[in-house]
Amino acid sequence: MNLTLKIWRQKNAKEKGQMVDYKISNVSPDMSFLEMLDVLNNELIEKGDDPVAFDHDCREGICGMCSLFINGEAHGPDRGITTCQLHMRMFKDGDTIYIEPFRAKAFPVIKDLVVDRTAFDKIQHAGGFVSVNTSGNTQDANAIPIPKHDADRAFDAATCIGCGACVATCKNSSAMLFVSAKVSQFALLPQGKVEAAERVLNMVNEMDALGFGNCTNTGACEVECPKGISLENIARMNREYLKASLK
Amino acid sequence: MKLDSKIPNGPLDKKWSDYKNHIKLVNPANKRNIDVIVVGTGLAGGSAAATLAELGYNVKAFCYQDSPRRAHSIAAQGGINASKNYQGDGDSVYRLFYDTVKGGDYRAREANVYRLAEVSENIIDQCVAQGVPFAREYGGLLDNRSFGGVQVSRTFYAKGQTGQQLLLGAYSAMNRQIGRGKIKMYNRHEMLDIVLVDGKARGIIARNLINGEIERHSAHAVVICTGGYGNVFFLSTNAMGSNVTAAWKAHKRGAYFANPCYTQIHPTCIPVTGDHQSKLTLMSESLRNDGRIWVPKKMEDAIAIREGKLKPTQIAEEDRDYYLERRYPSFGNLVPRDVASRAAKERCDAGYGVNSTGEAVYLDFASAIERYGKEQARIQHLDENDAKLVYKLGKDVVENKYGNLFQMYEKIVDEDPYTTPMMIYPAVHYTMGGLWVDYNLMSTIEGCYILGEANFSDHGANRLGASALMQGLADGYFVLPYTIGDYLANDIRTGAIPTDLPEFAAAEKNVRDIIDHLMNNKGTHSVDHFHKKLGKIMWDKVGMARNAKGLTEAMDEIAELREDFYKNVKVSGTAESFNQELEKALRVADFLELGELFAKDALHREESCGGHFREEHQTEDGEAKRDDENFAYVAAWEYKGNPREAVLHKEDLVYENIKLVTRSYK
Repeated sequence: MNLTLKIWRQKNAKEKGQMVDYKISNVSPDMSFLEMLDVLNNELIEKGDDPVAFDHDCREGICGMCSLFINGEAHGPDRGITTCQLHMRMFKDGDTIYIEPFRAKAFPVIKDLVVDRTAFDKIQHAGGFVSVNTSGNTQDANAIPIPKHDADRAFDAATCIGCGACVATCKNSSAMLFVSAKVSQFALLPQGKVEAAERVLNMVNEMDALGFGNCTNTGACEVECPKGISLENIARMNREYLKASLK
Repeated sequence: MKLDSKIPNGPLDKKWSDYKNHIKLVNPANKRNIDVIVVGTGLAGGSAAATLAELGYNVKAFCYQDSPRRAHSIAAQGGINASKNYQGDGDSVYRLFYDTVKGGDYRAREANVYRLAEVSENIIDQCVAQGVPFAREYGGLLDNRSFGGVQVSRTFYAKGQTGQQLLLGAYSAMNRQIGRGKIKMYNRHEMLDIVLVDGKARGIIARNLINGEIERHSAHAVVICTGGYGNVFFLSTNAMGSNVTAAWKAHKRGAYFANPCYTQIHPTCIPVTGDHQSKLTLMSESLRNDGRIWVPKKMEDAIAIREGKLKPTQIAEEDRDYYLERRYPSFGNLVPRDVASRAAKERCDAGYGVNSTGEAVYLDFASAIERYGKEQARIQHLDENDAKLVYKLGKDVVENKYGNLFQMYEKIVDEDPYTTPMMIYPAVHYTMGGLWVDYNLMSTIEGCYILGEANFSDHGANRLGASALMQGLADGYFVLPYTIGDYLANDIRTGAIPTDLPEFAAAEKNVRDIIDHLMNNKGTHSVDHFHKKLGKIMWDKVGMARNAKGLTEAMDEIAELREDFYKNVKVSGTAESFNQELEKALRVADFLELGELFAKDALHREESCGGHFREEHQTEDGEAKRDDENFAYVAAWEYKGNPREAVLHKEDLVYENIKLVTRSYK
């Protein structure tokens, strides 16, 4: 395949960025999207140009490091995957592909397609944990049976990879899906219930303070989420928040 | 220097508890005055950082990713072992210990492995208390599955995302301490040297990957938890950024590197498709619980499949060769990884491989789908002879167990693994070798501890499935927090370590010199160009089967390539900014040294054991032939200015509780 790429180039956080055109040829449909960018970068380096910076690490859809807004969609046109799992067979010969960073006030650009998502970590510092020390003396793991249904739903929420696609997709740059996934995981498990009220208040307050927007129930985040995190988690977080506020 | 493993005296099952009862402690008020650097935030580093901070030490944690949650432990799929014996199938601490030593082909240290088995139960308790959502049965209790090389079900799991859930558990424990200010987290930082003051590890030099600044960080001890070095092969299941740099820099400053040639080639990975490929994707070993591995029995069928004229589903049952079940009837598809990988290579080399490349075998779920489907039909009082219904019910069960893995496969290969068997082939996955450590997990540099995959101690020459997660968390949660106290107890009056000492200046200059050279080199080729060449040498000559001639050639070729790299590599951009090419160049420079030592170690070990297979040392039916008389030792290499001049130190492996026998899974 021969393709035209329109890629966001920005030298650093301070300078202004712009879209730049690149041509790339002989792209195999079996390549992943990031391997296609590897090929482009190798060509740029050998020509003496600056390669395009983009975040990536595990390249198997689980670390959450890769991002990219491709043709107006977080992680590109396919569903249920991250950018590193996107394959070029999703595109046609002659296509023009727009590649931009995840954009949100709380995710400033570091360089080109690389953004700073430490705001997500900060929300977790505010309450994304169960306060238990490592001792070797906690009770036996089977001491509290947990209904399979609850354990499975807690797991589904816990599969969030913290990539930020929900924020990038949301017209309000809301982080509600991300935050609610962690709140839900713990709210559904007996181990998390003790601190549930404090946790939801602290995490939501931190989320607001960091400049993420509000949720207006559009549901785009759920559609674009590579792990299929459900909107039900936002509903659960709202319930937990209300319960905690009335205490 | 003579290697002293510091294994405590006394009977095996009392060593750890007696030792813990008698080592020195640091009182809470003094812990506040002691700093510890932890490099890497995977299962080992994350759990160590959180636990040390809970105890009251001031922790500085470093990772090259944008968040500690992204360390490559996150990608571990199948599960974590523990000798809970919840299934009542005869498991015990001793059996886990025995299976691990046997699985490692009798090249691991007894006392360390026994301790690992002992604390395995605490890990599961701790993780459940943190809210890790392990898979459960309908009664609400924890579920288990089985992994290769064992005959019990002791593996705890969370679908095919166990590593993710365990790492997020450790990350949550870290977050609690970051919030309290007890861990200072340095994201997007890479350790580029270790600083020794009076022979003790007292700090590191790190590069801030956002702005390129070279920083000095001091502490009373340095803990390296930076994983394995599988990326020396370029293609592996490791993350793109996984590297040996932190461990290698420690090696160059005095930490011995042990058994570098012990590398695990994992049998079930998605096969290579072309030159553009940047990494390989693992399909969890847990799939071998239910999947059956086969190739065509007839050569003409194999050829027809390779040419695309025949589909695997068209091959009759009697024309399939379930070669693992045939060769190893008692363990079948669940033989250990090294055995399964070699058996796949044997069939493909003999011409029975599938895929257009001939380098793949089938992993087939048809019979599992049928078996589960019939079981569900009986439970739900439905017609178990209705093939369509049975397929649907069975597919649901399989999807529930391995859904994310099947989806991953389908996205990469563009084939539906529920209806067509998966194609798999071995790929580099894990490195059992690593920096040498004593019973305290301290390297040959005083005050420098090595945890997790980065050390060598527990898996011998081959690691069993679901044991890496166990070891990482055992080291970080339950071993280091005790043993480091014994060392730091001598530092309660030391006070903060200043970073303006000449040792820091010298190490910083060393780092700046390498960066200056790379940036100012007027070369012509990108870093990947060299990395791919190195990978090819490693895979062809230091891969699944090795011989003296190939290894000797590999050492020379790697040395030559290294020279070429320093002359002809081209690194674009500047050193004082975000520069991913420079990051890669610094990592590949170290791989180019490690690779040579790796081949040297493989050349010196004139035997086959575990993942190390020397063609000269095999039985008539192609099984590995160990030589306990001459090689029952750990090979710990001391750096002497050039990888090929490394000096060998031996730690004899003494087995007091297990009799060394030929490993058999037949």
